[in-house]
Amino acid sequence: MTLATLVPLQSVAFALVALGAPAVVFTRDLRRLAVVNGFYGIALSLLFIVYGAPDVALSMIVVSGVAYPLVLLVAAARIQRRRGDE
Amino acid sequence: MTRRTRVAVASIALAGFAALLVWAFAGLPDFGSYRGPYGFVLDRIATPDRHIDNVVNATTYDIRGFDTMGEEFILFGAVLGVVLLLREEKDEDVGDAVHSDLVRAGGPLSLAVAFLVGLWIVAFGFVTPGGGFQGGVALASAVVMLFVAAGYRAWSAVGEETVLDPVEGLGAGGFVVVGLAGLASGLSFLGNFWRPGVAGTLTSGGSAPLVNWAAGIEVCAATLVLFTEFLGAYGVSLRKAQS
Repeated sequence: MTLATLVPLQSVAFALVALGAPAVVFTRDLRRLAVVNGFYGIALSLLFIVYGAPDVALSMIVVSGVAYPLVLLVAAARIQRRRGDE
Repeated sequence: MTRRTRVAVASIALAGFAALLVWAFAGLPDFGSYRGPYGFVLDRIATPDRHIDNVVNATTYDIRGFDTMGEEFILFGAVLGVVLLLREEKDEDVGDAVHSDLVRAGGPLSLAVAFLVGLWIVAFGFVTPGGGFQGGVALASAVVMLFVAAGYRAWSAVGEETVLDPVEGLGAGGFVVVGLAGLASGLSFLGNFWRPGVAGTLTSGGSAPLVNWAAGIEVCAATLVLFTEFLGAYGVSLRKAQS
């Protein structure tokens, strides 16, 4: 890829990350957070790819896309059930 | 502390932190500039000597394979810690229905696609970006789709210690066995004892792909053990909710 195509791609990836990070911070609902954080992770992976670290991006996609949301959702479900018990 | 003093203290700290951050960023070396000698050495030997196109994996699974073994056992120990902490009564015989048709139809499809992608990431880690660690997590993510698509009962057939522990042992032990095989062939521990093969194909890299597969299997099983512990806690709360 030439620099002419790479620089706009890098700017877009940076913008997505810059928008995604506050979106994650300001999301209060845990279920919604799992989804928003997934998108943020994909934006980060895009950033890694356009800066030349595709192998890091690969792990980022699976961890932020599947593993982390799953742990978060299970924890959320458990907390809700426990609150329901009381 | 009132809200006002809290904000004042926080702004001072944040301003200081921001100033340090700007200072640090202004002093960063140019993009792509590299000072150490090792990167250049690795660049020169990875493909000509080891026939591995992905220099990252030539480094992690061949040249500094011993460090990677340490990392692998850090993961092994960390998962062991989680298992000990979260250990509680598990409920295998509890079902929860998956109501969404979209999830029921798309789940198996995404499981198959993710599993194939995971295998590809592990297998071709020496040719294209990837490797055992990334691929292992991808494979585990594919298997856990079983829970998403078919519910807790389908998952608990796989997410069980009698299934996962031997696989994790195979991965962790396999790594050490390949290392010892290097010693047995008169090289150093984890020395590359197999012919390097044709660069750019699945058979490139000598014995390093074996190390890579061992890491992939170990990481996949370790991640699944983690999922089992978290989902097991979910299973118990499911049973409590149903009874």
